[in-house]
Amino acid sequence: MDTAELKTLVEALVFVSPEPIRLERIAEALDVERKSVALVLQELVAEYAAASRGFILQEIAGGFQFRTRPEHGEWVRRLVKNRPFRFSRAALETLAIIAYRQPVTRAEIEYLRGVDSGGVVKTLLDRHLLRILGKKDVPGRPMIYGTTREFLELFGLRDLAGLPTLKEFSELNLDVLDAGADSVAPPEN
Amino acid sequence: MAYEIKIENFEGPLDLLLHLIRKNEMDICDIPIAEITAQYLVAIDVIQSLNLDVAGEFLLMASTLLYIKSRMLLPPSEEEDAEEEEEDPRAELVRRLLEYQKYKDAAATLDTFPLLDREIFARTFPARELEEGEEEEFHSVGLYELVEALRGVLREAPEPVIHEVDQERLSVTDRINSILTLLEGRQSLSFTELFPTPPLRQDVVTTFLAMLELVKLRLLRLMQNSRYGTIWLYPAVVEEGPLTLQLEDDSLGYC
Repeated sequence: MDTAELKTLVEALVFVSPEPIRLERIAEALDVERKSVALVLQELVAEYAAASRGFILQEIAGGFQFRTRPEHGEWVRRLVKNRPFRFSRAALETLAIIAYRQPVTRAEIEYLRGVDSGGVVKTLLDRHLLRILGKKDVPGRPMIYGTTREFLELFGLRDLAGLPTLKEFSELNLDVLDAGADSVAPPEN
Repeated sequence: MAYEIKIENFEGPLDLLLHLIRKNEMDICDIPIAEITAQYLVAIDVIQSLNLDVAGEFLLMASTLLYIKSRMLLPPSEEEDAEEEEEDPRAELVRRLLEYQKYKDAAATLDTFPLLDREIFARTFPARELEEGEEEEFHSVGLYELVEALRGVLREAPEPVIHEVDQERLSVTDRINSILTLLEGRQSLSFTELFPTPPLRQDVVTTFLAMLELVKLRLLRLMQNSRYGTIWLYPAVVEEGPLTLQLEDDSLGYC
């Protein structure tokens, strides 16, 4: 089959997929090389982005999916009757810590946040944004947490590498902090 | 001196400290501990005066600050001196503050993302019915989902109010055998079908343990045909004749 036909076929498969469809699955279903599928997918993504259409093709959680444009959100919401939800700051902090540092235990999350995070973790587990990866091989065998595919789908990420780079704040110069024996800080009143 | 503090805006003691450091334009690498501790304690007082419970974490941080201050007032111990340069008592706290700030910032960034079903929408498909021969479509069941399912059943089972000494308890072994009987000649069984109606907590727990044992013995497989969908039980081995197990309660470690 030629490229033009392949492109329409790939488009059709993405269209009927209930979840973001992986490149491998498309290649398997059509019995063609992954390379050629990757090529037409790239073209399709670019074409949808350039065309003034109501939806675009995006790479999400390792697969491909048609999605509406964020600027239309308010209008689409009127139809689907979704009330806009917001994450609490606690939930966002916890998600951020787990997303960047996974696999991570609750104790590690709590040390970083300085507050009990049991409730937040449970809520995020219930919403399927976190999953239990296993147990850590230390006394007490605490659970290890990581993010899920749903997390990537919700935030529209291709993969975890798609997360924005963590900003490092004011690089700590430990020499400054290494108060040597001769320089004890003067007592403040 | 009045400090204006909006309590509900603080995610925790680190957050409050960061706020105070920023407000006073302190150098994070050289925090005047006495000053920050004074302000921190005032903040906690404000919280208390509003009759809000001060979470233990806030008090822990207060004592950490006081500890740091007292360490700074002490001359460095000679033993440590001999070994290596003593670290500034504040170093650990500063590291934590910077680290926390990093994730706080990342959280704020995540908050700006357009979210699926909030700003961005994808097509939704009605859940497909279970069809024959869709084995490869199955997902294995995770521990958390299993516990969720159990919780669902337990919610239906109210705590008994009357406590009677009851000798007629089902043993796990009995339940294992009855599950096997239930599965005989069946292709599959849904998780909820396992449990008696109305379920008694005792029975629910026993049944759940029996099911886990069967999974462990590789006589059962648990599958879902959609993520977070119904959990189905499948006999893992198709044997001739009915499945029976010679089990003693002792062998399972239950009594």
